Amino acid sequence: MSRYELRFSGSGGQGLITAGIIMAKAASIYEGKQAVQSQSYGPEARGGSSKSEVIISDGPIDYPKATMVDALLAMTQEACDKYTHDLKEGGILLVDSDLVTKLPTTGNYRIISFPIINTAKTDVGREIVANIVALGAMVALTGQVSRENAEKAVLSSVPEAFIELNRKAFSIGYERALAASA
Amino acid sequence: MSKKVAFLQGNEAAAHGALYAGCDFFGGYPITPSTEVAEVMSIELPKIGGKFIQMEDEIGAMAAILGASLAGAKVLTSTSGPGLSLKQELIGYGCIAEIPCVIYNVMRGGPSTGMPTGPSQSDVMCAKWGTHGDHPAICLTPASVQETYEEVIRAFNLSEKYRTPVMVMPDEIVAHMRERIVFPEQGEIEVVPRKSPTVPPEQYKPYDTSFGDVPPLASFGSGYKFHVTGLNKMQDGFPTTKADIVQAEEERQVRKVDANVDDIVTFEEYLLEDADVVVVAYGSTSRSARYAVNIAREQGVKAGMFRIKTFWPFPDKQIKALASKVKGIVIPEMNLGMCSLELERCAQGKVPVLGIFRVDGEPINPDQILEKIKEVK
Repeated sequence: MSRYELRFSGSGGQGLITAGIIMAKAASIYEGKQAVQSQSYGPEARGGSSKSEVIISDGPIDYPKATMVDALLAMTQEACDKYTHDLKEGGILLVDSDLVTKLPTTGNYRIISFPIINTAKTDVGREIVANIVALGAMVALTGQVSRENAEKAVLSSVPEAFIELNRKAFSIGYERALAASA
Repeated sequence: MSKKVAFLQGNEAAAHGALYAGCDFFGGYPITPSTEVAEVMSIELPKIGGKFIQMEDEIGAMAAILGASLAGAKVLTSTSGPGLSLKQELIGYGCIAEIPCVIYNVMRGGPSTGMPTGPSQSDVMCAKWGTHGDHPAICLTPASVQETYEEVIRAFNLSEKYRTPVMVMPDEIVAHMRERIVFPEQGEIEVVPRKSPTVPPEQYKPYDTSFGDVPPLASFGSGYKFHVTGLNKMQDGFPTTKADIVQAEEERQVRKVDANVDDIVTFEEYLLEDADVVVVAYGSTSRSARYAVNIAREQGVKAGMFRIKTFWPFPDKQIKALASKVKGIVIPEMNLGMCSLELERCAQGKVPVLGIFRVDGEPINPDQILEKIKEVK
């Protein structure tokens, strides 16, 4: 069974549920695979810890939540501390290097870090697309969907006026992750 | 022509299913984790000339859909636990006055406001026993986004066919998770129309049993006038305390469902032919169960799953048959043992019923189920 599990975690309002939805949509609508996206979040509209999980498979997906995570994105220190426990040995851990300063000391992970939010702010021009920068990076690191299909999913999920901004965010995230993991 | 596909949430699929079934009136009050249904309906209904109304509370919303249904609309409300509690008085009204309507309730746990964003399956008893008095109960528990879409359509059909409120109760996981959905073409899934009167207005009686256990229902505004009450009533709709009429009418109302369980009850049997252990599951928990059953099989344990799709009426006949066949029943559920009670009732002590009960807002994972499967000797 080709089950691949991704988790996007951080704090509420960072757009991580959206990032998860777009990843799942890329796999399920554009890549021809099967995908399920689920989430858990607190009652707050902003803040609080938030996670979005995506399961990608070639066949039907039964259990919709993560069992052993293949790739984890942590956008806050709290998320990194809380959600690394079920990351697979050798799994991918992508963190925002400005926000996550204490990396896990146990476990053998492939850790990739770069300043995700700051990249959105300075290189793309808007902090609000940090989730798409992170998504671009996750697409590059996991290889579960092609760059083209992921970009299609991004562009079909954002308002018309923000297409160029998101295209740029996705592309920069993708390139930065490749550079950071090289 | 290839069919339309989308990547949708369970709640969004529910709204689209309702529209497919011809829903043209939504009355509701927003509540996590069901609000997306109201959001979609508020956008889509005006486009097709339907009506969306956000009422002052859940009680008002329930009253609004009953009224709209009596005027001929196909109606939906959506809510979650605390809202379901508030609606109960009027759900009973819908049962006794025999008003078709669909109540979509996302289970988030409780009692009271509980954990608004956490999953639960603890409203299933409320679907049958929440409102007082003997009354028919139909409750569907879908397990995927596609199934939520289809079961909402079936709920509309059952409510029209049996002239009674029908509930659809996904847990929060099913309601909020997203999957690919393939939309059926118009006409691909049957949509049951309301049975209208065949007699002129002056001869019409709203509970005329000469037409069978489910009498035709006229729409207000179409020239037919009749009385509607929450009191026990006669065939013409006016109240009565005549013992024989009350007894017969109460029995008929319950019989509408009881005599038609084979038409209403749906389920899925998975690897049951040679199973020693059966996991009975419903909603998102059945997805963990299927995963666990597959692993158990790989490890040489003959496990299978009976998935409840229609929770009420309960699949008594099927569970009784299983209880004579297997060595044990495992029931994982996100409550402290509700379906478990029904299984024990049906199993009649023939086999042990082992429960896995979780109310901490976390899903029941496959490992927990696998462990319990192995406890059956």
